[in-house]
Amino acid sequence: IGENIQLLVDRPDGTYCFRLHRDRVYYLSEKLLKLAASIPRESLVAPGTCFGKFTKSQKFRLSVTALDFLAPYAKYKVWVKPGSEQSFLYGNHVLKSGLGRITENTAQYQGVVVYSMADVPLGFGVAAKSTQECRKVDPLAIVVFHQADVGEYVRNEDTLT
Amino acid sequence: ETGRKKLSSHGRKRAAKRRLGAGSGLAGRRPLGGKGGEREPSGQTARGRSGFSDGNSKWLAPAKAKKTQPKGNHVELSSDGEVEEGSWEMEEDGSSEEMVDDYGASSSEEEELLPIEKAALKQKPDREGLSEDDSEEEDKEEEEAEEASKQKMGQKEEEGADLQLNLDIDEQFKLPTSEEIEKEDILFICDILFPPAEPPDLHVIHQRIQGNVEVLQDFGVKREEGRSRQEYLALLRRDMAAYYSYSDFLLTKLMDIFPLPELINFLEANEVPRPVTIRTNTLKTRRRDLAQALINRGVNLDPLGKWSKTGLVIYDSTVPIGATPEYLAGHYMLQGASSLLPVMALAPQENEHILDMCCAPGGKTSYIAQLMKNTGMILANDSSAERLRSVVGNLHRLGVTNAVVSNCDGRQFPKVLGGFDRVLLDAPCSGTGVISKDPAVKTNKDEKDILRCAHLQKELILSAIDSVNAASETGGYIVYCTCSIMVEENEWVVDYALKKRNVRLVATGLDFGKEGFTRFKERRFHPSLKSTRRFYPHTHNMDGFFIAKFKKFSNAIPQTQKDEEPAVEAAAPSAVPDTIITEPLPKKKKLEGSKADEGQKLPQPALKKKRSLQAQRRPLKA
Repeated sequence: IGENIQLLVDRPDGTYCFRLHRDRVYYLSEKLLKLAASIPRESLVAPGTCFGKFTKSQKFRLSVTALDFLAPYAKYKVWVKPGSEQSFLYGNHVLKSGLGRITENTAQYQGVVVYSMADVPLGFGVAAKSTQECRKVDPLAIVVFHQADVGEYVRNEDTLT
Repeated sequence: ETGRKKLSSHGRKRAAKRRLGAGSGLAGRRPLGGKGGEREPSGQTARGRSGFSDGNSKWLAPAKAKKTQPKGNHVELSSDGEVEEGSWEMEEDGSSEEMVDDYGASSSEEEELLPIEKAALKQKPDREGLSEDDSEEEDKEEEEAEEASKQKMGQKEEEGADLQLNLDIDEQFKLPTSEEIEKEDILFICDILFPPAEPPDLHVIHQRIQGNVEVLQDFGVKREEGRSRQEYLALLRRDMAAYYSYSDFLLTKLMDIFPLPELINFLEANEVPRPVTIRTNTLKTRRRDLAQALINRGVNLDPLGKWSKTGLVIYDSTVPIGATPEYLAGHYMLQGASSLLPVMALAPQENEHILDMCCAPGGKTSYIAQLMKNTGMILANDSSAERLRSVVGNLHRLGVTNAVVSNCDGRQFPKVLGGFDRVLLDAPCSGTGVISKDPAVKTNKDEKDILRCAHLQKELILSAIDSVNAASETGGYIVYCTCSIMVEENEWVVDYALKKRNVRLVATGLDFGKEGFTRFKERRFHPSLKSTRRFYPHTHNMDGFFIAKFKKFSNAIPQTQKDEEPAVEAAAPSAVPDTIITEPLPKKKKLEGSKADEGQKLPQPALKKKRSLQAQRRPLKA
């Protein structure tokens, strides 16, 4: 989302911050932080909203729980046709045949937010091809790599924490 | 000939059924048996008259048993259609010998079996009837059991009809004698050890329950001479335990709580699941839009009722409710209707600090958050780390941002963090209100379980009360709720809290629901327990529930009453001295600050005051 990060931090109803707790990054307001600080660390399960986690090799992996916050500020969006909406929710990548719209000037390997045609955010992805290339490829080529989708609330409820 | 072909392919089955029907004398009621039966006698009589055409007639004579059967089945011939009689005549012609032979072979085999296994065969329809009864009992559809048992057990239907006639004439409901009861007991034991010769007929039991209840309703008039009420009640309890599969302990408890006709309604309601309900997540959508979207997906739904602005009840749907894109987007939450009530009673305001002590799976917590519009702060706590995963998942999915999730034991609470404005305590309970969701509760709860639950609930409620700051401007409320209907877990715990802490009961704000008990058996509770609410599956069509709302009026913890047992005392006189003693304290509190932790330091000088006062009071009491 680029510079829009600033909008996430300085919100009208108070300053928000990111905190690291047990390899996961949480997003919470400072008022909430004061409260969460008084709970012993072993007992604290989730302060605020989890945005993602650091894997064992210290790579950051964005989680679908951040969707509501990032979706409004997304710069690069991809719209998916109704037919392949379900397929994306099952965890599959988006093929050219399922691609509805894509923002102009999307670079290759750019992080994107995936929407359904009704403008409901479905999840995150990485653009496999830039917008120009998307026009040229055949219908079965992957255009968006799946990273996180809303179906995970049902599929992977345990691993969200 | 087509008739014969059908017979040869189904002949054995039908003949066997007919034979079984003939063996127990139920054949008359079975349409299937009828057709097969007609085949047999026609063939047999044909054979009997014409003999075996292949030259075996001298040494191969039909068995006598064959002759007895046609007599029994002639009844069927007359009652059923005439087409079969026509074909019977055809067979008499003996036109196709092979068919007769085939037919004869199969039937002769069966007939040879008959004399050997007659006794076993007689038992088969009973056993079939029993297995059918068992499966229907498992289905827990009383109506099906009644209908099926009526169809399949013709004799017993007649007996049932007789019983009904008997029961209509009220005086004639007779308690079985003690010998009969013993015999039945032996039969019950035999049911477990050996396959029964005569199974307990659910239909009969049901009739007996109804008759018994009628007698008990109007005992003076309808009773049998020389039989006590206890005997009637004992029989009723045994019958209901057998019919609805409850343990005796639980039934005794339920009989104390409900009057008899209501008890039957309650037990019936527990056999049937409650309707599926959802709650709109107003943080993300409106009820109208959600209803529209779901209807477009093929879901049949309705608003829940006047008392809820966010609830919807689902009648049926073509798509799984827990997996629609709207669910995944967090537009609604699957939640029981009764779970909406404690949060409505709690009435959280914006910018408050709220504690939810036993929050899993997170339905009530998210409702609190949506009522607060994501302002303020909620601490969602649960002692089970496993169940907390669903809490986190649900809170994230529904877009709740003002919640912190923690995994502490609820009893640690004021130590970990106190000074909340409101606390919701949905205490772990025996689950007797949600039997329709979990039928295992019928048998696996006993006295110890309930008392253990009650003990835990008492500890939790004291911690909850201590975690609230009585001096908060907007709050100072505690809502205690359980999904159980037992008085030990509900009214008793509330009464205990009233005695032990400076709280009083206030109206829940729910205008429907039954009032809680102010007296029960030998116990007497505080009269303000009238403001608590009980909900039942059979009256409100939601899970059994109990809700009580407290207002804390002082942060001090009364030190008196520790020695006295709360069991049989009325709370009113003992509550009064507490208020007299602690009145000077709240004024100090308001000046000092809002944290209950700080407040607890103050009672120490006050305690000295109290102790001296106590010393003065004690001689009076003694």
